[in-house]
Amino acid sequence: MFFKVLLNLTIAALVLYIVVKFLSMLFDQVTFWVTSLEEKKRRYLLGGFGIFLIALPWLTAGNPYLLRTILIVGIYIILALSLNLIIGFAGQLSIGHAAFYAIGAYTTALLTVSLGLNFWLAFILSFVVAGLFGFLLGVPILRLKGDYLAIATIGFGEIVRLALINGGDITRGPAGIPGIPSPSIFGFVFNDNISWYYFIYLMVVITVIISYNLLNSRLGRGLIAIRDDEIAAEAMGVKPSYLKILVFTLGAALAGIAGSIFASYIHYVNPDSYTYLESVTMLMMVVLGGIGSIPGVIVGAAILAILPEMLRTVELYRFAIYGLLLIIMMIARPEGMISMTSLRGGKKPSWQFLKLGKLLKPSED
Amino acid sequence: MLEVKNLNAHYGAIHALKGISFTVNKGEIVTLIGSNGAGKSTTLNSISGLIKNRKGSIKFEDEEIIKCRTDEIVKRGIVQVPEGRRIFAELTVEENLKMGAYLRNDSDGVKKDMKKVFDMFPRLAERKTQLGGTLSGGEQQMLAIARALLSKPKLLMLDEPSMGLAPIIVEQIFAFIKEMNEKDGLTILLVEQNANMALSIAHRGYVLETGNIVLSDTAEKLRTDDEVRKAYLGEG
Ligand SMILES: Nc1ncnc2c1ncn2[C@@H]1O[C@H](COP(=O)(O)OP(=O)(O)OP(=O)(O)O)[C@@H](O)[C@H]1O
Ligand SMILES: [Mg+2]
Repeated sequence: MFFKVLLNLTIAALVLYIVVKFLSMLFDQVTFWVTSLEEKKRRYLLGGFGIFLIALPWLTAGNPYLLRTILIVGIYIILALSLNLIIGFAGQLSIGHAAFYAIGAYTTALLTVSLGLNFWLAFILSFVVAGLFGFLLGVPILRLKGDYLAIATIGFGEIVRLALINGGDITRGPAGIPGIPSPSIFGFVFNDNISWYYFIYLMVVITVIISYNLLNSRLGRGLIAIRDDEIAAEAMGVKPSYLKILVFTLGAALAGIAGSIFASYIHYVNPDSYTYLESVTMLMMVVLGGIGSIPGVIVGAAILAILPEMLRTVELYRFAIYGLLLIIMMIARPEGMISMTSLRGGKKPSWQFLKLGKLLKPSED
Repeated sequence: MLEVKNLNAHYGAIHALKGISFTVNKGEIVTLIGSNGAGKSTTLNSISGLIKNRKGSIKFEDEEIIKCRTDEIVKRGIVQVPEGRRIFAELTVEENLKMGAYLRNDSDGVKKDMKKVFDMFPRLAERKTQLGGTLSGGEQQMLAIARALLSKPKLLMLDEPSMGLAPIIVEQIFAFIKEMNEKDGLTILLVEQNANMALSIAHRGYVLETGNIVLSDTAEKLRTDDEVRKAYLGEG
């Protein structure tokens, strides 16, 4: 039995290595092709992609399971992009992101079910409340460096989860809160996957636009500068703690939005959906895709949101395979599927699978 | 323009500046020389607010700034080119320059100044889209100075611009410094270990020794001073 597991893992490792290598080379080619397109053609490409996004639910017609998976992918894209603001842009390792996801979900649940508030109001307040928690947590902990910060965020994630479990009549403990209503606009109720699709992907597009504009603004440059050299950035007049807290708050608030959407989509919240493993999954999406790279993080979120569906038959192995994937990634492609540097364009990437010369020659550094 | 009085700075228990006083007048190049660990960088970092644990008085254009944050000090017109250049490696040359203009809101003015520094340093213009981390040491020093200039400083503070550079590059950099002072009337506070070079372009100088100013005079007199020649010019 033990040897069989070992053998399976070895085979899985090899397969994963080859898949990761192949996929990352493919992404390099695509990235190179897109970055070297002229501005006008790139616009057309973007337009074409927009039409594809709009048509997507119709393309999946007749397969509600597929559409449902696409919706979950959308929610994870929002989550991963919001975490990417914190990790990729502000350079702060946070491993408790599920806490903000939970805060958003429970804010919506409590406001709509317990207080009978309109969903849209609850939706906006989920953004505000999660952001507020992000701010209150960010002020004391963003002074911490690297490892300490990561540990503090793990702690926060656990505190929130335990508070939900032990929240008595308010959070209704492990049983959670059922009966969260669907949103509606002017009498039109979001009760089918297609209307949910447009709502969720509108939020995805908004999150992408926020991320993109942030990165290409003065603030984004300031954040990269802080990551490169905090003292030098400060000497230029950047206020590092101010920027870090701002981005941490925004990241938390966007995760709150994802929570609100998720709660309303499945009409139910319970603490099990917001565990430490959920935070780790989000972290993996960012790392797998490419820390700081917006298209990378989207791809990472999609892969890791779809993977569990494909692994249904080997449910037991799921987290073993995640772990393996993370190790393989660090060996085969530490910078992620679509790295920040590849997005800056440059030399045409090669299709060479293994650099044999590199294997034969001793490493130079 | 800058009036420092009884400035003290501490790193934990280490008393790095023990009440130094000096002045920089408008249009001057003033140099601060001294050996390793004398407190030269500490002096600049205290003025720019990078060191928060500082006491005494720093007056800039007759206003007290010792309580100000770095961003407020940059806004008032004091900018520092830190020791070791500290270019942003992941930003391009152009983006590094934009970082220099971080606090400015006059985008037309920034564009004009950007053009000006590119005229001044054509090597940087050729490398606009190159990442800062891939520049040579000399180019990085030029970029560090150019970046500081984009904040539109009234007082430019340079911390060992000669560090780690070949003599010919050092000559070039010092020629630039002199030119900025003479042509644009920029006031400069220059920290150097290379006392010879520094005194050759400065108007006045101060000698710093373990947190105290031990000598101050015109650059010319310091250059011929026996003590200075022995200790800092490697002569005698
Ligand atoms: N971050 C720090 N923590 C503790 N002590 C420090 C720190 N920075 C500097 N010091 C100490 O303060 C004193 C002055 O240092 P400073 O860097 O100002 O010297 P310097 O004159 O710039 O020297 P150099 O020419 O080598 O750059 C030294 O004794 C140094 O050890
Ligand atoms: Mg120094």
